[in-house]
Amino acid sequence: MIARVARTGALPHPRSLEARGRTHLSDGMLRAVAALATAAVVSMLVVVLFEVVRGGLGAMSWAFLTEYPRRGMTEGGIFPAIVGTAALTLLMTVAAVPAGVATAVYLTEYASPRSVTARLVHVCIANLAGIPSIVFGLFGLGFFVSTVGRGIDRVAYGGTITYGQPCLVWASLTLAILTLPVVVVSTEEALRAVPRELRNASFALGATRFQTIVRVAIPEAASGILTGGILAVSRGAGEVAPIMFTGAAYYLRELPTHLNDPFMNLGYHVYVLATQSPDVDRTKPLLYATVLVLLGLTFILNLLAISLRARARRRLEDHG
Amino acid sequence: MAASVHSSGDHARRDVSATSTRPSLLRRVRWSELLAEGAIFGVALVSILSVLLILVFVGKEALPLLTSAEVRREVTPAALFVPHGDAGFLWQPVSADPKYNILPLFAGTLKVTLVSLVVAFPLSVLAALYVSDFAARRAREIIKPLIELMAGVPSVVVGFFALMVLSTWVQAVFGTEHRLNALVAGLGLSFAVCPIVFSISEEALRAVPASYRAAALALGATRSETLLHVVLPAAMPGIAAAGVLGFGRAIGETMIVLLASGNAALLDAHLGRSTRTVTATIAQELGEVVVGSPHYHVLFALGALLFLSTLAVNLAGERIVRHMRGTRRASAEAP
Repeated sequence: MIARVARTGALPHPRSLEARGRTHLSDGMLRAVAALATAAVVSMLVVVLFEVVRGGLGAMSWAFLTEYPRRGMTEGGIFPAIVGTAALTLLMTVAAVPAGVATAVYLTEYASPRSVTARLVHVCIANLAGIPSIVFGLFGLGFFVSTVGRGIDRVAYGGTITYGQPCLVWASLTLAILTLPVVVVSTEEALRAVPRELRNASFALGATRFQTIVRVAIPEAASGILTGGILAVSRGAGEVAPIMFTGAAYYLRELPTHLNDPFMNLGYHVYVLATQSPDVDRTKPLLYATVLVLLGLTFILNLLAISLRARARRRLEDHG
Repeated sequence: MAASVHSSGDHARRDVSATSTRPSLLRRVRWSELLAEGAIFGVALVSILSVLLILVFVGKEALPLLTSAEVRREVTPAALFVPHGDAGFLWQPVSADPKYNILPLFAGTLKVTLVSLVVAFPLSVLAALYVSDFAARRAREIIKPLIELMAGVPSVVVGFFALMVLSTWVQAVFGTEHRLNALVAGLGLSFAVCPIVFSISEEALRAVPASYRAAALALGATRSETLLHVVLPAAMPGIAAAGVLGFGRAIGETMIVLLASGNAALLDAHLGRSTRTVTATIAQELGEVVVGSPHYHVLFALGALLFLSTLAVNLAGERIVRHMRGTRRASAEAP
């Protein structure tokens, strides 16, 4: 080992050293404590999963997914909440993904690393990711609903309240700002992983910078962009605090059909059922089943994103 | 190719105006390039604009607390912190004589946050140590995605779990006074804090150069001595950043504490009693408040305080993380 280090000048990975180092009783203890802590963290997830599946599977049925709530939400299903969540996240994605991709393209393809603007964008993206979701709710109400919405009403609808109320479009845009960092970070990582040679080859063939971005860099980074989009959808589908005051409704007889309609939402439905149910015991199975649907949805999306990213990273390692 | 056809004309024009040196066809392409670059640059500014707009519009609704005489008749900024008469520290915004002391809310946030960090921080750092230095590759490839999945669980689901299941367990074990209390909320919150602390600590531990470990082992240190005296201290800035960002996540979390804390604004240090945080107060009261009332403006002021404190916390945390990444890149590039 030492001879090889001396010959090649390369240090071996610490993992290959471990068998040769001195061992001691405290090593085993530290290992055991660390393993126990890991088990404790992972078991939090397992316990939550187990409890939700155990409590929710009983009330789960096709009818539960496709029916409206009945009798003060003590019977029936969650169809409008599913549709509302889908509409909300779809609109959010339409706004967040193009904006996020463009931001990442600016950061990786146009801005010089020393650019003050690029650094400011980085700082703002990092901070946007750290702003509490309830503050987004306040912002959505104060900016989108009260300022932009009321402004539209004044100009286009003669003051009749049309967009100046909590509704689908404002909740979606609020969520789009909240999930923007998710898209940017994921896309930026993917774009940085695209080899410079590919871009240079494209330039050498006479392509312009924009052509290179659209036809070479973005297609190469597609799986990373997809990962970001999926993570954003998952995040947006689970957020409640930002949409409480910007459009989510307690109970609706009709599905949202216009941008200025209020909507039902899975996460908000969980909150409502958990805190304001008229009959706790009869709501409980429905509540568990709703949580199961929400958790199942975000889990599938996250698993998809994680496996996509793992594949992209493995490919990168193989190339490198 | 087409450009060369025009080149003679271009030469002629260049004599007249020295500004154009490119053939016309290329210039047309460059215009669309400029347009695309401009558009992308414009969209990239959305993030900066968003942060500014959040600051302005949350701040704007909080400002009447300082400027509006009408609002100040009911509540002044000082009244937010100083006890109200002989009633002490009370948050009772909806009553004949509204009281707006926000210290009980801050105490609630602090209590719940401390519980979550006391539980989540050591567990997550040790788990990160296990994954970075003990676990086999296979185990690592299972544990890391699992903890990433934890970060993806919606907070309303965690809050629901704390409300329905965890509260019963906690009461059975600790015999707490109230079923929903600071301890339940804090434990629920630790679910949300763990993934953040874990992933940043793990990155910090992995960033410690292999040569540090090799040198310590070569000097005869045992594995645990190497980890505790060399690797952990070297990763300390990153681990500290993990704690700071975990703290930021904890004070900003809404749905978990809203569902699990019991929402009684009591100013005490008792973990077994109901409590109420800043975030839960906004979430619970903003829906029923009259727009433009003093209560409305106080809730926005709470939001503004929350925004500023998380901004400060995150700026500090990000700074350390960026520094950590910078030094790792530098050490990786060194021969």
